[in-house]
Amino acid sequence: MAASDVTTHRVARPVYEHPWAVRFCHWANAVSVTVLAMSGLQIFAAFPAFGPKIPQQNLIDEIPEAIALGGWLGGALQWHFTFMWLFAGIGLLYVTSQILSGHWRTLVFMPRDLPGLWPMARHYFLFGPKPAATGQYNPLQKQAYTTVMLFGTLSLLTGLVMYKPVQLSALGWFFGGYHGARLIHFLSMCGLLAFIPGHLIMVLLHGWDNFSSMVTGWKRYPEYASGDKS
Amino acid sequence: MLAPPQRTRRELLKLSPLLLLGSFAVPSWRETLLERGVAWSDRASGVVFRRDHLAASHPDADVVPMEQFPYNGYDVIEPEIDFASWTLTVTGAVARPGAYTLDQIRALPKQTHNTRHICVEGWDVIGRFGGARLSDFLSIASAEPGARFLTFRCADDYYESLDMETAMHPQSLLCYDMYDRPLDRGHGAPLRLNLPTKLGYKQAKYLMTMEVTHVLPARRSYWGDQGYSWYGGI
Repeated sequence: MAASDVTTHRVARPVYEHPWAVRFCHWANAVSVTVLAMSGLQIFAAFPAFGPKIPQQNLIDEIPEAIALGGWLGGALQWHFTFMWLFAGIGLLYVTSQILSGHWRTLVFMPRDLPGLWPMARHYFLFGPKPAATGQYNPLQKQAYTTVMLFGTLSLLTGLVMYKPVQLSALGWFFGGYHGARLIHFLSMCGLLAFIPGHLIMVLLHGWDNFSSMVTGWKRYPEYASGDKS
Repeated sequence: MLAPPQRTRRELLKLSPLLLLGSFAVPSWRETLLERGVAWSDRASGVVFRRDHLAASHPDADVVPMEQFPYNGYDVIEPEIDFASWTLTVTGAVARPGAYTLDQIRALPKQTHNTRHICVEGWDVIGRFGGARLSDFLSIASAEPGARFLTFRCADDYYESLDMETAMHPQSLLCYDMYDRPLDRGHGAPLRLNLPTKLGYKQAKYLMTMEVTHVLPARRSYWGDQGYSWYGGI
């Protein structure tokens, strides 16, 4: 054992945690979700209701300009119709790379992760004892990442239904038609956004090493056994 | 053992394609990029369009009452039109150009359907529309087989153009009836487009002229020229 390891009290070797596809998708997605949410809000402002046109019951009066993008409906639609391709492309690249690498097994929440959910939540929110790390992601993380991917998929599918309610009428049927798709599209955006504060707090708590692994791929002090990944 | 610096630097460089997204932050590039994005979306929209796929027809019970069908005039609700002398002037790539009267259009087989009218703003209403199939009209005017676009000019300064694929769709109408009554002035009397496969702004009212062309004119769509998608297909 090298002397430096004694001073850091950490013995694990650095691991190459995030391959290129994951890091690229992560940052490109951060941009695309921001653009889509902000332009989407501007689009929503044109008809801020989910009910009928007459009588129209607006849920909001005005969208704060700071969180909207595009300036007007037409401008916002341009952003939305451009970045939807990026969002869909990232999704395709990400899912393909996860399947080809087999990495999805460490990430996707499975029924067997259910028992580990409560101890992890107790540790995070109620200062309970920290459960032993069993893999790259703990059950709570798996749950969060899996849910957010479901919201992403939902927003893509319902977006398609709103974009092509006639051509994709069969898909629209699953989401309750044009109105259902519009509501689910909005709610899945809320779900996506709800992920972000928790995500950012955890990144702050886990510090620079954790953050930089999403940039360079390398994590110097992994908490889990490095196994054959290093 | 730490990751060798040159290895982390190389990994960082691999993310450089992300910098391309920064081009959207350059004001002079942004407009072009977004226009390309919409043009690309329009092309994809044309690819997924199926001429034989019908928009849903709704039962009479689902149709909103006539008085709840919004008037969405953009400028003047009721432009000056002399109904007695009104004709639809047809020009361009047709064997039989000229002025067509409303009676000539009414003489074509009438089609009536209850379809969903969707506005680009996000609202929609199910209405009842009646008229002649645009495809039938194009055959009496003998549009050239290779012609690709129709451009309509309206009694106000509205104008709109349409791809031939959509024009030939069996639900695309030269609409003179709503709710089994002649169009009222607010809804575009005497003649408007009813296109259940397009957004509302494509369905021009107060039609005066129709030009059949092989290429898109420079002024192609009142709203499309201001930033909305030209294709506007749903």
